[in-house]
Amino acid sequence: MTKSERNWDSMSRQTVEFSITAAEKLNEILNAFLQIDRQGAIRRAQEIEQSGQAGPLAGIPIAVKDNICVKGMQASCGSKILGNYHPPYNATVIERLAKAGAVVVGKTNCDEFAMGSSNENSAFGPVRNPWDTTRVSGGSSGGSATAVAAGIVPVALGSDTGGSVRQPASLCGVIGLKPTYGRNSRYGLVAFASSLDQIGIFAREVEDVARVLSVIAGRDPHDSTSADVPVPDYTASLTGDLKGARLGFPRALFGKGLDDEVKQSVESVVDVYRELGVEIVDVDLPSAGYAIAVYYIIATAEASSNLARFDGVRYGFRAEDAPELRQMYRKTRAEGFGPEVKRRIMLGTYVLSAGYYDAYYRKAQQVRTLIKNDFLKAFESCDAIITPTSPTPAFAIGEKVDDPLAMYLNDIYTVTANLAGVPGISVPCGLSSERLPIGFQLIGPYWSEPALFKLSHAYEQARPFLERPPISAS
Amino acid sequence: MPINQSDIEKVAQLAHLELAEEELKTFAPQIAEIVSYVEQLNEIDTSNVEPALGGLTPEGEKTDTSRPDEIAGSLGQKVALAEAPDPASGHFRVPKVL
Repeated sequence: MTKSERNWDSMSRQTVEFSITAAEKLNEILNAFLQIDRQGAIRRAQEIEQSGQAGPLAGIPIAVKDNICVKGMQASCGSKILGNYHPPYNATVIERLAKAGAVVVGKTNCDEFAMGSSNENSAFGPVRNPWDTTRVSGGSSGGSATAVAAGIVPVALGSDTGGSVRQPASLCGVIGLKPTYGRNSRYGLVAFASSLDQIGIFAREVEDVARVLSVIAGRDPHDSTSADVPVPDYTASLTGDLKGARLGFPRALFGKGLDDEVKQSVESVVDVYRELGVEIVDVDLPSAGYAIAVYYIIATAEASSNLARFDGVRYGFRAEDAPELRQMYRKTRAEGFGPEVKRRIMLGTYVLSAGYYDAYYRKAQQVRTLIKNDFLKAFESCDAIITPTSPTPAFAIGEKVDDPLAMYLNDIYTVTANLAGVPGISVPCGLSSERLPIGFQLIGPYWSEPALFKLSHAYEQARPFLERPPISAS
Repeated sequence: MPINQSDIEKVAQLAHLELAEEELKTFAPQIAEIVSYVEQLNEIDTSNVEPALGGLTPEGEKTDTSRPDEIAGSLGQKVALAEAPDPASGHFRVPKVL
């Protein structure tokens, strides 16, 4: 759904019905939704229509990743261990969206507990890329990216721990934002790696991302990591005025492992910015090459601790035929978790185990400091840094499934922003020769979302991405 | 020292995961490969580097996260038990502990 097909001020039942019908129709092909709430969504849309309540998102249909709690709907996290779990409360971001009039139409498929870069780790089957259904959607928020790319909903929420919003956004040809650490409340987001997780936003247009962030951002007493920093009207930053803007170009990151077409495409974005009057400056991120190693120590360590709560006692799945408590824990977790989650829990348990803490976890946190310092230094000379979002366009389903390390390297451009806590946005910049979307990423200093919106919006105006995938609702 | 199958068995015990023989065989080389990959960090001299404290921004660190010590509403017993796999008489029932 593009701006010409909708009007933010007068949407409700019809728009919500359109989204639900499209979701139902396309789900057989795309597998983007794990739950579609036809009745509930239409009821809420009617309520909004009748109340005449004109919130900033009144009647906007929205899709939500299945690891964010929406009261009355499921929250499986793409895992058998939660299966049919129905949380008794709303995540704070959902409360805020509901107050603004948005209508949740469904819960989207994702890699199990947000662990993955292809959506193949979902217990409920992979999401298919609407540009080529033999390809992955990216992950872990692949269902949300696909729902927006296929025109089912104008906006969707995901979560981004190492690139899980930006990478699928890039592979599906939509905008994806990971805000500054602490910008959004994570209350009601099922925790994966708490020092990295942030709730992010997908849309087809930068303006829509800005609108939604203006609604969901801000301090929440329920999440102690949410920062007390004022929330501006982010749409006010879409001025198109790039006078004096400086963009950092980390030349060293445009080398080994980067697909040629992606490289050319992102370099041509740099040329567009130059034409728009932006000064391009060389920057160096000398520790960035270690980011994947740091990430897979910190993220798995935190995951092994966060996922200890899934034990078959208070909610979700419990294994049968286990007459003793510890046996019940072990069987429940063995039967409930998929292979990638088990692998990460074990890796995290290993790096935290007695005698190894200093060698792995402490070392990783030290290198994380170096990565943070690289960014602080680079931002002395520029307002944002440009990189590819993903080293390649969407790869084939099944291609990397047996090689976890190769899969992890997909996140090479995105994990640094999570480690440093800075915001990043992925913006589509063209199609490959195989007609697969390519995206570029802008990373900015803490709280620089207005600058990221301004820069990405200016690019979007100069080079609108008007292509639509073959599998599409409209 | 490379990770072997018996290391993985120990880790699985610690993580409360009952792994089948086949899983142990698959996971051991995969985890060994990932661990040897992350060990590239040993190339870096970090003797004078403070470990990072998560992803917190300076503003996040300054944010006052305390609250008044007052009783507030909670889920209540009925709702808290509604999703439990085996609730009994207002409690979470589990198999015998010993």
